[in-house]
Amino acid sequence: MKVRKIERVRWWTYAGLGLAALISLFPLYWMFVVSTSDTATARKQPPAVVPGGNFFHLAATVFETVPFLRALMNSLIVALSIGAGQALLCSLAGFAFAKLRFRGRNVLFLLVVLTMTVPTQLSIIPQYMIISKLSWVDTLQALIVPGLASAFGIFWMRQHLATTISDELLQAARIDGATTWQVFWRIAFPLVRPAAFVLGLLGFVTAWNDFLWPFVVLKSPEMYTAQIAIKALQNNYDVDLGLAMSGSFLATIPMLILFVFVGRRMVAGIMDGAFKG
Amino acid sequence: MTVTSIPAPTKAAPGTKEPIRERLAPYAYIAPFFLIFGVFGLVPLLFTFYVSLFDWNPIGEHVFIGLDNFRRLLDDPRFYNAVRNTFSIWLLSTVPELLIALGLAHLLNHLRLRWAVFFRMSMLIPYITSVAATTIVFLQLFDRDYGLLNWLLGRVGIGPIDFVQSTWGSHILIAAMVAWRWTGYNTLLYLASLQAVPREIYEAASVDGAGAWAQFRRITIPSLRPVIVFTVVTSTIGGLQIFTEPLLLSQSAPLTCGPVRQCQTLTLFLYEQGFGQFQFGYGAAIGVALFVLVVAFAGLNFFLSTRRRTEK
Repeated sequence: MKVRKIERVRWWTYAGLGLAALISLFPLYWMFVVSTSDTATARKQPPAVVPGGNFFHLAATVFETVPFLRALMNSLIVALSIGAGQALLCSLAGFAFAKLRFRGRNVLFLLVVLTMTVPTQLSIIPQYMIISKLSWVDTLQALIVPGLASAFGIFWMRQHLATTISDELLQAARIDGATTWQVFWRIAFPLVRPAAFVLGLLGFVTAWNDFLWPFVVLKSPEMYTAQIAIKALQNNYDVDLGLAMSGSFLATIPMLILFVFVGRRMVAGIMDGAFKG
Repeated sequence: MTVTSIPAPTKAAPGTKEPIRERLAPYAYIAPFFLIFGVFGLVPLLFTFYVSLFDWNPIGEHVFIGLDNFRRLLDDPRFYNAVRNTFSIWLLSTVPELLIALGLAHLLNHLRLRWAVFFRMSMLIPYITSVAATTIVFLQLFDRDYGLLNWLLGRVGIGPIDFVQSTWGSHILIAAMVAWRWTGYNTLLYLASLQAVPREIYEAASVDGAGAWAQFRRITIPSLRPVIVFTVVTSTIGGLQIFTEPLLLSQSAPLTCGPVRQCQTLTLFLYEQGFGQFQFGYGAAIGVALFVLVVAFAGLNFFLSTRRRTEK
């Protein structure tokens, strides 16, 4: 292939992308600035644009006002369970749909795809009724168990399993006497672990940030997730402007740390799972 | 037995019978999804239709009233108000969001771009920030008296604009939050699709004298059509479900997003009726209305996208 001339990047490309990056990052920076300032500084005109020295005082108030540490722990439990559970269950179902033959496979897979298009939020009232029939109101399993089913995850894992694992490889394992479970666990799953990891990551982030469902089923402050704790802090808005902001920032820090380590894989995962028309 | 062209991995060797355990394995692997989705997805969806036919008090009586909830809904100005607000916010967020994402994807799709990883990653930061945290910080930035935005607007002689109390202001504020969150995500989807377009096409267009704008209109847009349809559908479904932003917007009247319901969305209206007023039947009827809207939109989109394809 002959060397192609690649057009150079114009200045306005950087200007546009730089502006987009600035707008994306600024609100987080602002969250940090306000959560380090006292109310008087936050209300100054023009607004202060550098962090103040009030961070630890505000953070301490956050932990006094609501059981915030508990809320962070609850969020972690829920998000970890959902992330890991989705990664495993979707790989398993994706494996069945991609590599196993069984009666009704195509119809059942079509059903999975169809469930993706119906937003379940609109049936939130009966969902709550079922949760209360199970006596799961105000418990974490009310968040975890429904969150384990992900039609998108199955769709995604099926795609990966279908393209990365050859039928010959699985057949060879079969001839050696491996059971279906062994084929999945020893051969198929290790090969698609990167894809399952990204899926779990997206499930983790979504569960960490979820609001409506926890808001409906959680009642007592000890069961709050971090997002619901932010709402509780907002009720103290008049007391201290920075309080809800400080809580928001504290609830975002774990996501930022995670993003530093696996952000590149998330970007690649979203682009890779991107809709292929 | 002759060698088949399609390998059948689970078929047992000829002559041996597959143990029942092995034959049931595939069903066991997909069972958790169908079980969970059935209990927490499908049953509630069907039950929504059922409950909507009742005057259903969570701790009291359930009285069958037929279609009365729907009659009441169609006479309820609060319902039309919520529909209007939902569509207004959806339009104000989706149109700029997708246009900006298209432009940014176009800018990012350059082989020699420096700091490409930084640009891509920074665009995903809003996506990992929770809606609750986003709302808190946007409320501060858009505050009438102390917000940075109004201060900047004041410097050029505009405002101050009350982004919480006014109808348009609150719609713009919520739309800004939604767009901030999803623009980067959609940019990455578009970029992935763009990278699949052979660069030779752009080069050939360049040689033929097509400028940047002509290339964008004639090559970028058409090759992205499927993913554009996809993002329009997902942002429509997402737009119909906006809840957290309006709930956190008004501190005096959270369930109505302000004293005159100036930014109450359909999902917030559903929540208010169901969990604020304890009218499960009426709330379920709002859920049915949402379902009808989603189906109508999906159908419209399907119709438009297939018609466009057959015209070509």
